Amino acid sequence: MMLGLLLSLPVADGATGGFLVVGLWVFLLAIFVGVELITKVPPTLHTPLMSGANAISGITLVGALSCAAADFPQAGRVLGFLAITLATINVVGGFLVTDRMLGMFGGAGRGKKDAD
Amino acid sequence: MPTDPMGAFTMESPLIQGAYMAAALLFILGISRLARVRSARQGNRIAALAMFLAVVATTIALWGDAERETLWATLAGGVVLGALIGIVLAKRVAMTAMPELVALFNGLGGAASMLVAWAELERARAEWASAPRGADGLVVSEGAFGLGTVNLATLQGPLFAVAAVLSILIGAVTLSGSLVAYGKLAGKIRGSRLGPLGIRPLNAVLLAVALAAAWTVGFGMAGNPEAVEWAVYALVALTLLLGVGLVVPIGGADMPVVISLLNSYSGLAACATGFVLQNNLLIVAGSLVGASGLILTRIMCRAMNRSLANVLFAGIDAGADAGDQEYTGVKSTSAAELAMVLDAAQSVIFVPGYGLAVAQAQHKVQELATMLEARGCEVRYAIHPVAGRMPGHMNVLLAEANVPYERLFELDEINGDFKNTDVTIVVGANDVCNPAAYEEGSAIAGMPVLDVWDSRTVVVVKRSLSPGYAGIKNALFERDNALMLFEDAKAAIEETAGELGEL
Repeated sequence: MMLGLLLSLPVADGATGGFLVVGLWVFLLAIFVGVELITKVPPTLHTPLMSGANAISGITLVGALSCAAADFPQAGRVLGFLAITLATINVVGGFLVTDRMLGMFGGAGRGKKDAD
Repeated sequence: MPTDPMGAFTMESPLIQGAYMAAALLFILGISRLARVRSARQGNRIAALAMFLAVVATTIALWGDAERETLWATLAGGVVLGALIGIVLAKRVAMTAMPELVALFNGLGGAASMLVAWAELERARAEWASAPRGADGLVVSEGAFGLGTVNLATLQGPLFAVAAVLSILIGAVTLSGSLVAYGKLAGKIRGSRLGPLGIRPLNAVLLAVALAAAWTVGFGMAGNPEAVEWAVYALVALTLLLGVGLVVPIGGADMPVVISLLNSYSGLAACATGFVLQNNLLIVAGSLVGASGLILTRIMCRAMNRSLANVLFAGIDAGADAGDQEYTGVKSTSAAELAMVLDAAQSVIFVPGYGLAVAQAQHKVQELATMLEARGCEVRYAIHPVAGRMPGHMNVLLAEANVPYERLFELDEINGDFKNTDVTIVVGANDVCNPAAYEEGSAIAGMPVLDVWDSRTVVVVKRSLSPGYAGIKNALFERDNALMLFEDAKAAIEETAGELGEL
C-alpha cells in the first residue's frame, strides 16, 4: 500500500527517484539472499542466529553517526547521540553474547555430526 | 581544516562506498558461516568485523563535514558508553535469560532506528525553517506540487517523507513491543490487565491516529514547520503506545513468535532508515535481519501449529475452559525406582522442556547422561522447536551444560525412534508430548509433538498434574507405560543419579 503510494507520487528531484528504484532493487535482492542463507541455518543455532542478526540490525549505528554532521540542529544531535548509545549497546552486546554462546557449542566431540 | 587529508572524504567517495560494499559482503559471508556449528563462531566474528569496518568508514566520511568537537564528543560519549553497557550485559546474562536479553537488544535497535529518522526530521525541519519565505509567510520552493503547498515531501522528496515516517513507526513499535516482551519473559508483566476485548479496538484507533500524524508529518501542513514538530511528537508517542497495545494481549507461551517477529521488525526499521539516509549498507543489513526474523517466526508458528494472525490477534486463550482435568490410573514413581529402570535400559531419550531450565536441572541431566553412557547405554535428547522460550533456546541451555550437540535431535529426526527406545525421560515438558495433538477438535490438534509414549517406559518428571500453556489435559500421564515422578526436576534427577551410582 505504502509502496504503491510512493511510486505513484510525483518525484521531487531526479536523484531521490533514482535512489528509490536502486534501493528497492537492493532491498529485494538482499531479502532473497537472506532467505536463502537463513533457511540453511540448523535449529541448533537459531538462538545465536537471532542474537547475531540482532547485532547486525544495529547497523543503524552508521546512520546515527551521521547525525554528528554539521548541518544537524541541536535537537537532531541530541537524538543522534542517544541513537549512537543505544545502537552501540545493541551491536557490542549482541556480537559478544553471540560469541559467548557459540563458544559453548565448541565443547566435546566437535565436528562429528555437523548439522546438514 | 582544508589541509587535513582525512577531510577529503564524503559519503560518496569511492573509498567509503567501497568500504560499505565490503561490509555488506562480509555480513552476508558471516551469516552464511552460521549454517554450520563448526564455522558459526567465525561467522559471527566476520559480521562483527563488517560492523567495525562500516563504523570506521562512516567516521572517516564525517571527518571533513562534522565539527571536530561534536564528532569526538559523540564518538567518545555514545560509542564508549554504549560499548561498556553492552559488554556488561553480554558478560553477565544467564543463558536462561537469553530471550529477555535478545528482546531488550531488539528494542534498543528499533529505538536507534526511530531516533535516527527523528533526527533526520529535525534536520529537515531546520532546513525548512531557514528557507526563504515569500510575502505570505510560506516557504518559497519549486516543489513538485508547485508553490504554496510546500511540505516535507516536496522539500526532501516523497521517499524521505515516507521512509522517515515508516522508520519511526516500525522502530517505535519494536522498542515498546520489545520492552513489553522483555517484561513478560522476565515475569514482570503478566497477561493483559485490560482484558482480551478491551485493548484491540484501542489499537485500531491508535494506528489510525498514528497514520494521520504520519500523513501530517510527511504531506500535510503546507509551509508550517512548527505544526509538523507537534505531529512528529504525536507520531512518536502514538507508535510507542501502539507497540505496547500490540504485545500486551499476547500470551507468555507465544513469546518465541513475538521475539522472532520483533527481531524482524528491528531489521526492517534499519532498512527504512537506510531509505531515509539513502544508504545501501543499511538496506542490505536490515533486509538480512528482516528475512531472518520472518523465517524464524514462520518456524515457530509451525511448531505450535498456529498462524501468525492467530498468535497476534487471538489473545490469551484462557485454556478454553481446560475441559476435563480429571486423571485416572496415574502411576507415580520414585527416584530409586527410576534408577532401577535406567539400570536395565540400553537406550534412553531425554525430552527437556522449559521446566528443566527453570529448575536449573540441565547440568544434573548431563551428569546422569554421562553415568548412563559409562554403563554402555545410548543417550539422546529430543528437542522440540518450542522447548525453550525462543528458537533454539534449549540447544543453548544444553550446550552450556556441556551436552555435545551431536546428541541433540530435532523432532523429525528422532520421532520414529521412540518405539525402539527403552526409557524416555520427560523433564519439565508437557504440551510438546501430548497425544491430544492427534485428536481432531483438541486445542492443540495438528501441532507437531514428540511421540514419547511409543517407548517402552516413559517417565515424566513434573511437580504436579497441572496443565501446560495450552491448558489442556495430557492423556500421556494415564498411559500404561507412563510413570510420574512428582518432584522438582533438579532434585529428582540428582537423586536418581545418586541411586543409580549405588546400583
